[in-house]
Amino acid sequence: MVIAVFDDTELRQRAWDVAATVADPEIPVLSIADLGVLREVAVKDGQVEVAITPTYSGCPAMNMITLEIELALEREGFRNAKVRTVLSPAWTTDWMSEDGRRKLRDYGIAPPQAAGSRRALFGVEQVTCPQCGSGDTEVLSEFGSTSCKALWRCKTCREPFDYFKCH
Amino acid sequence: MAVASIQVSETPLVLYVLRRADDALILGHRLSEWCGHAPILEEDMALSNVALDLLGQARELYSYAADVEGKGNDEDKFAYLRDVRQYRNLLLLEQPNGDFARTMARQLFYSAFADLYWRAMMNSKDATLAAIAAKSEKESAYHLRHSSEWIVRLGDGTAESHARAQAAIDDLWAFTGEIFEVDAGERALIDAGIAVDPEALRPQWLKTISSVVGEATLVLPKNDWMQQGGRSGRHSEHLGHLLSELQSMQRTFPGVAW
Repeated sequence: MVIAVFDDTELRQRAWDVAATVADPEIPVLSIADLGVLREVAVKDGQVEVAITPTYSGCPAMNMITLEIELALEREGFRNAKVRTVLSPAWTTDWMSEDGRRKLRDYGIAPPQAAGSRRALFGVEQVTCPQCGSGDTEVLSEFGSTSCKALWRCKTCREPFDYFKCH
Repeated sequence: MAVASIQVSETPLVLYVLRRADDALILGHRLSEWCGHAPILEEDMALSNVALDLLGQARELYSYAADVEGKGNDEDKFAYLRDVRQYRNLLLLEQPNGDFARTMARQLFYSAFADLYWRAMMNSKDATLAAIAAKSEKESAYHLRHSSEWIVRLGDGTAESHARAQAAIDDLWAFTGEIFEVDAGERALIDAGIAVDPEALRPQWLKTISSVVGEATLVLPKNDWMQQGGRSGRHSEHLGHLLSELQSMQRTFPGVAW
């Protein structure tokens, strides 16, 4: 039997790789690393501590994500890993990776626009349809199927679609 | 009801944080009452989404109040095991949903303030409050836009929707003064750079409200008599009924979990 011995740096990297495989339960094509929800993995005396940050204050997926990280680490032999939630700095859609944006679009969800327009009192966003690529779209509701999405409609292909709100 | 209420050691900071947590919880609960009842599906989802944001803010604030207090209380105990006189939310937020115009007028009055408040709070010398504010201000921007759009649509809509929106604004106006109330304990926190002086936000709040109400072809009441009491636990009759529903499980089956 071979027992591999890792130092903390290697352990940290392995633990990060494992935690990074956890998918967002609401948008399964995105991992928590793509989303920028996974902030930090630290190892101290062989004990793993993972820091995550919520997308929205009341996001119900956070409990699920916490559990999934613990389970994923447990499966890979990391016992009693701790997951803590950090609030600062506040999560922003700017942290979403390019890869994540592409995966979102392929999945049929329009990725977040560059931040800024959120401040306009009445909506002025221009969102491209993830189905047909048309820019001729309109908002149906600022609040969609999850906290992080709005419901839009394409006026060219007539399909409704989710838009990942910028935040 | 089988379980006693908790005691809270209300230092100025604990009280300050609890007041804001209660605001978020009570308004969030009111909005959640629309779930399954809103006029259209999109609105059902919108109101539940806003309720969820507020519930999230409440949880963070309650947890922080528990840390500051350090007496073994937690977010659940604060929410489920305080009676009506221990709640410190604004009277505005416990007012019943009424018709859709009333829910939206209440939301506009509060969101127009909360948006400014959380943005200002990001500069708090209290790192936790600043962090909670940084999350909340992003959410409140959407809440303000949502309620503003509805007030315009209702006010500048049919004769019926106009009349209802005007009645909602007239009736709720007397509850807006409390938003700017500050007691001695809060004054000290403001001077220490921990809390935000609401009075400094009033001009911008009024400007936002006036602009939305004006675009909605509605008018703000001239009446400046303002109702008070929520911050010191003197509530309207509505909060007790709300809490009896919100707390019924924990009061009936103490410590129940799932």
